[in-house]
Amino acid sequence: MRITCPYCGERDRREFYYQGDAVALDRPDPEAGEAAWDDYIHNRDNPAGVTRDLWYHETGCGAWVVVTRNTVTHEVLSCELAQDAKEAGA
Amino acid sequence: MRFSGLRVLKEGLTGNKVWQSHWRDATPKDAYDVVIIGGGGHGLSTAYYLAKEHGITNVAVLEKGYLGGGNVGRNTTIVRANYFLPGNSEFYSHSLKLWEGLEEDLNYNVMHSQRGQIALFHSDAQRDAAIRRGNAIRNQGDDVELLSVADLKRMLPYLDYDQARFPIYGGLLQRRAGTARHDAVAWGYARGASDRGVDLIQNCEVTGIDIEGGVVKGVQTTRGAIKAKKVAIIVAGRSSQVAQMAGMRLPIESHVLQAFVTEGLKPCIDHVVSFGMGHFYISQSDKGGLVFGGDLDFYASYAARGNLPMVEHVMEAGMTLMPAIGKAKVLRSWGGIMDMTPDGSPIIDKTGVEGLYLDAGWCYGGFKAVPGSGFSMAHLVATDRHHDPAARFRLDRFRTGRGLMDEEGTGMQHNLH
Amino acid sequence: MRLAGKGQIDRSRPVKFRFDGVEYEGLKGDTLASALLANDIRMVARSFKYHRPRGIMTAGSEEPNALVTLGLGPAQDPNVRATTVELFEGMMARPQNCWPSLGLDLLSVNDLAAPFLGAGFYYKTFMWPKAAWEKVYEPFIRRAAGLGALSMEANTDRYEKAFAHCDLLVIGAGPAGLMAALAAGRAGADVILCDEDMRTGGRLNAERLEVGGQSGAAWAEAMTAELQAMPNVRVMTRTTVTGAYDQGTYGALERVASDVAMRPGAPRECFWRIVAKRAVLAAGALERPVAFANNDRPGVMMAGAVRAYVNRWRVSPGRSVAVFGNNDSAHRTAADLIAGGVHVSALIDSRAEARCDLDVPFYAGREVSAVHGGRSVEAISISSISGVEKIQADTLAVSGGWNPSVHLTCHMNGRPEWNERIAAFVPQEGAVPGMLTAGACRGDFSTRACLEGGLAAAREAMQDIGRAVPDIDLPRAEDSAYDIAPLWVVPGKGRAWLDFQNDVTVKDVKQAATENFQSVEHMKRYTTQGMAPDQGKNSNIGALAVLADATGRGIPETGTTTYRPPFVPVPIAAMGAGAQGKGFAPERFTTSHKASVARGAPMIEAGLWFRPSYFPQRGETHWRQSCDREVRMVREAVGVADVSTLGKIDIQGPDAGAFLDFVYTNMFSTLKVGRVRYGLMLREDGHVMDDGTTARLGENHYLMTTTTAAAGQVMRHLEFVHQALRPDLDVRFTSVTEQWAQFAVAGPKARDVLNGLLDTPLSDEAWPFMSCGAVSLAGVEGRLFRISFSGEHGYEIAVPSRYGDALFRALVSRAEGVGGGPYGMEALNVLRLEKGFITHAEIHGRVTAFDIGMERMVSAKKDCIGKTAAAREGLNGSEREQLVGLRPAGEVKMLVAGAHLFNAEAEAVRVNDQGYVTSVGYSPMLEANIGLGFLRNGRVRHGEVVRMVDHLNGVETLCEVCDPVQFDPEGGRMRG
Repeated sequence: MRITCPYCGERDRREFYYQGDAVALDRPDPEAGEAAWDDYIHNRDNPAGVTRDLWYHETGCGAWVVVTRNTVTHEVLSCELAQDAKEAGA
Repeated sequence: MRFSGLRVLKEGLTGNKVWQSHWRDATPKDAYDVVIIGGGGHGLSTAYYLAKEHGITNVAVLEKGYLGGGNVGRNTTIVRANYFLPGNSEFYSHSLKLWEGLEEDLNYNVMHSQRGQIALFHSDAQRDAAIRRGNAIRNQGDDVELLSVADLKRMLPYLDYDQARFPIYGGLLQRRAGTARHDAVAWGYARGASDRGVDLIQNCEVTGIDIEGGVVKGVQTTRGAIKAKKVAIIVAGRSSQVAQMAGMRLPIESHVLQAFVTEGLKPCIDHVVSFGMGHFYISQSDKGGLVFGGDLDFYASYAARGNLPMVEHVMEAGMTLMPAIGKAKVLRSWGGIMDMTPDGSPIIDKTGVEGLYLDAGWCYGGFKAVPGSGFSMAHLVATDRHHDPAARFRLDRFRTGRGLMDEEGTGMQHNLH
Repeated sequence: MRLAGKGQIDRSRPVKFRFDGVEYEGLKGDTLASALLANDIRMVARSFKYHRPRGIMTAGSEEPNALVTLGLGPAQDPNVRATTVELFEGMMARPQNCWPSLGLDLLSVNDLAAPFLGAGFYYKTFMWPKAAWEKVYEPFIRRAAGLGALSMEANTDRYEKAFAHCDLLVIGAGPAGLMAALAAGRAGADVILCDEDMRTGGRLNAERLEVGGQSGAAWAEAMTAELQAMPNVRVMTRTTVTGAYDQGTYGALERVASDVAMRPGAPRECFWRIVAKRAVLAAGALERPVAFANNDRPGVMMAGAVRAYVNRWRVSPGRSVAVFGNNDSAHRTAADLIAGGVHVSALIDSRAEARCDLDVPFYAGREVSAVHGGRSVEAISISSISGVEKIQADTLAVSGGWNPSVHLTCHMNGRPEWNERIAAFVPQEGAVPGMLTAGACRGDFSTRACLEGGLAAAREAMQDIGRAVPDIDLPRAEDSAYDIAPLWVVPGKGRAWLDFQNDVTVKDVKQAATENFQSVEHMKRYTTQGMAPDQGKNSNIGALAVLADATGRGIPETGTTTYRPPFVPVPIAAMGAGAQGKGFAPERFTTSHKASVARGAPMIEAGLWFRPSYFPQRGETHWRQSCDREVRMVREAVGVADVSTLGKIDIQGPDAGAFLDFVYTNMFSTLKVGRVRYGLMLREDGHVMDDGTTARLGENHYLMTTTTAAAGQVMRHLEFVHQALRPDLDVRFTSVTEQWAQFAVAGPKARDVLNGLLDTPLSDEAWPFMSCGAVSLAGVEGRLFRISFSGEHGYEIAVPSRYGDALFRALVSRAEGVGGGPYGMEALNVLRLEKGFITHAEIHGRVTAFDIGMERMVSAKKDCIGKTAAAREGLNGSEREQLVGLRPAGEVKMLVAGAHLFNAEAEAVRVNDQGYVTSVGYSPMLEANIGLGFLRNGRVRHGEVVRMVDHLNGVETLCEVCDPVQFDPEGGRMRG
């Protein structure tokens, strides 16, 4: 499996650490309430199909990357810096 | 038809002409008391215990593919009861007891082999953790013993005690742990459930769950609508999709776990052995193949197949721990879809919808749980009360933080358990 | 029987080998199989279940029968295919799965018991008495099962792994693969061409076909020479592509030196990870058997394999060969045998309309219904409506048609598609992204079609990557049509084999269907068909045809099981190469490692690091003596310990303080420059992630320390919090763990030790507790932190790593001058235990700040990671197990880490569990064993006596619950 780091280019999966759903970017307000925090920390759409998840180029440049990917075929559709995704969403 | 050695002899002598279906393929009726979505190990055992323990036989098991086609048919067949946190302890203990009577109960040889499992540890800190675990197991009333390196050298002479990167400090042995023939477990439960009147319906995919006013009414399937007073979702590997049909978003992320088998070999590994520094666990099947596995591939996946980095990591762990297996040749690798939860422990619970029940989140511990899960889930569905040994498998523990069972201590990240 | 003629063997180079204890001679170029056949060895193995005599059936890696064991001791290699292993001088091959011998195998009695051993019989019996399974039945089954044996001696051969990258990977070097590689090579692409055979050419080596006016083999040789001359093409023979993985990654097994003695130093095998922009699968096709009675007897072979033996190795498997088929392949075999001067006793073609112009007894529209003979074919029966005819033959060559080798196209869950015309499955288009198929593996069986297919696939692949293939004239080649009439089973009495290796017969599959194992997956799992080392390569299609027939379905709707990697069995040693012994994980050494080892310190693993356990002195025979001495030494004089393994993260930027406020529970923006603060870090789920001190070195400059265990995790976490949650903060991180060597100097004389080394002496006023700053040692810039993990007046001094060794030696030497010295992990642990300081034994991932009594460190003034989740009801309150100190209070003075705690009067069972012990040690200062643990509602239970039980070691004691800090609770020593 190969992931394209926006800084370094296409690299082997071995260079990356996987965290999970990119929902992690959307940290709720501390006062958002129990349900919102439960959703943020625990609950997942977990799609069988296209998903966005977070990979860390750990043995490369240290970039956190949002990878749009298909969980059924493992096709990688796009990769962007988490920082850019966060700023675009903010 | 009752199975026995005598029966095999008799039929063998008369031409093997009277063997019958092990289970009856049913066509869906309009309505059932209970519809179980999912004909895997847990679904079939739930159906069986509903019929056997609670006399509820107007039950359908709906399976989108073939019975036993999910994780029950693609695991490394390990059966053990060596958890250490309250909740898990009593549940797996109960499940192991059911295993011990399973063949008699089902009249089906699932080849449950209590050959012993040895979990190795490799540092003082790991020894302390192993002792804590071992004491929890003994507190629960299950067997476990601490092995010294001298014990290990006697029992597992083929481990690398001298050169390995992580030296072996000792091991925790559970003699009652072992393996079973995974497919046979599904088939045995299917036969038992079918004999008691449960309808087993293959190639029937659930496409919707009918809910009216917060009460479940039935399911939509590729073979038509089926009414049901109660519906149980027992579809490890597809839990999120099916739960979504009822408007639920689960604390589950699906991951691929690979497993491996080698060519048949004469007996060489007599126990289940697991490495403590990097995931690697191995046993030898009765056919002679070394069956082994390791960790998740670590990325969310429904592909039921993995990639080389974890394949190689598992082989590397094998080579550092037991370099005597180097010339065993891997025949096949495959993957299962694991329902990973934020604490690594499962869910057997009611849902926000009346009459809708959920059995999910088995991470990669589901095979040994097949009897216990079916028993406890049947109890819940039949009585609307939690069965004691599974009473802590609540869905709301994540929201409240009460009763989390994080054996690995790795926290909310689903893939780390 | 060796025939005259050239072939691909070197008659001038005889090779001696042994099989089953007898010495034979083969030729250079032989496989073990061709050499055995040349020596008229028919029976080479016993089958898995019935222990039936078995011979060589194929000439390739799909061989189901001829598995042997090579070598002895650590080199013992079981389940080696005689058909692929190259003969070498001195090879020692043994038959397997037979006892006492291949000829007289006692378990062949199983064959007589076959009526009782049908599909799945074991699910129905062996259940009584219950205890007999583990004691009687299973041991017997295990001994009877299995094929070859491992010696269970540690591997001593060398294996390797390697990576390769290319534009185009061509899998298979038959006509299609050669042409694809040539086209891509000429287009200038980086090409890797792999073939599992010892030479390129594929089927061309086995046939008498001409290509471009020369023999196919000669053409292949010429092509290969041209490819090898291209700098951009790499030809890898003896290399089997074993698996297709995501984004163009392929696994491949290269047999570098099957006989290591011949090539000293060479690895035995190399496992390749090949990343290719595009791939062309040109894997060819495998011939399939037909099921009829006793079709497993030695001497029944695949027709194409017979041609390979005759044409390539100049070996005839028999003296009188009958040929049977349902397609033209059988005719070709008969023709090649005749050309080789071998007697062909009959050619049987199941197609009624078939014609034959060969001078052989020809039977059209007839089928072989049975084979006669025990250990070898002696005769065959041919059936027709008019009756049965018996024909003498010592060999039967069979062709049931060809199955395209679609395996790799299924590795990513592609489902092959049924092609009615060739009665076989062909690859699903695009089943593996980036992989094209060419030649016989897609059902194009003629040589011409293979050449065309190879060229076309290469053109498409090159176009995809922006290269153009120059014009290439395809050579003239055979272009015959493939005509086949499906034939799976010849009806008749007796058992007919489908899966030779696992002994699955037609009857078994039918019985499975009767017993409702009608899904193809159920049938496979119930009968074990397809689960043997050939993974169904020889049997899948036949078995599912029988199943389809038994269930009244067609083959396409019956479907197939899934081919999964690897394509051929791969040794664990190859895929796990490099890990044996120390290679499994990197070893990290501190700068003081050598000095510590020189002092006799046992070095123990701490994660990937190695740290000294203790520093033994003359006369000390037990680690406890050393440890006790070192503890006292620190408390009474001074000790030096290397703490470089702790994670060190340099944090800079105008928002560094604000950032730290967000990742730590407590405040860091308010920390003054030149000061250090202890920080607690939570995971977002509210549990403790890590702890450590962070120093403020400048206005916008902090240095964080993490625990050794969590260094990587914390670095990743910081980057995550910054990049994914707070990219608005202007802050950057760098791990400097490797860059700085850091030593704890602790004890009443710590300052004295340092003052002799520092260019400017320390004073209490300038360096109060929890201060930090730059220092200079003989002109070397260092950093000093007045912090303590021992509870003593102490410092940690850091210098660039290159000075670590020198500084350690200097510190130890100075310490020794004042009655101190180095101390190891054991003493470090006791020192921190006496002080109640926690490590990951306590913060094991399930505890909260509340549990360890640090809830007040969670600042109310700000948000931080984990704060909201930590406030959940379940993570607070008296039900929680809280950190406590423990000391023995009964007769037994021992504590055990991992023991559980109960109320003094309660039985030691789960429902009474009150907690557990996390860390213990002997405190020479308190002259007692002391411990830390977690106890339900423990903070209000100080003074209470509880019961500690360790079932495993049989230790039970009463102990008193106390404050975690058991030594110098006021902390005067540390601050003073």
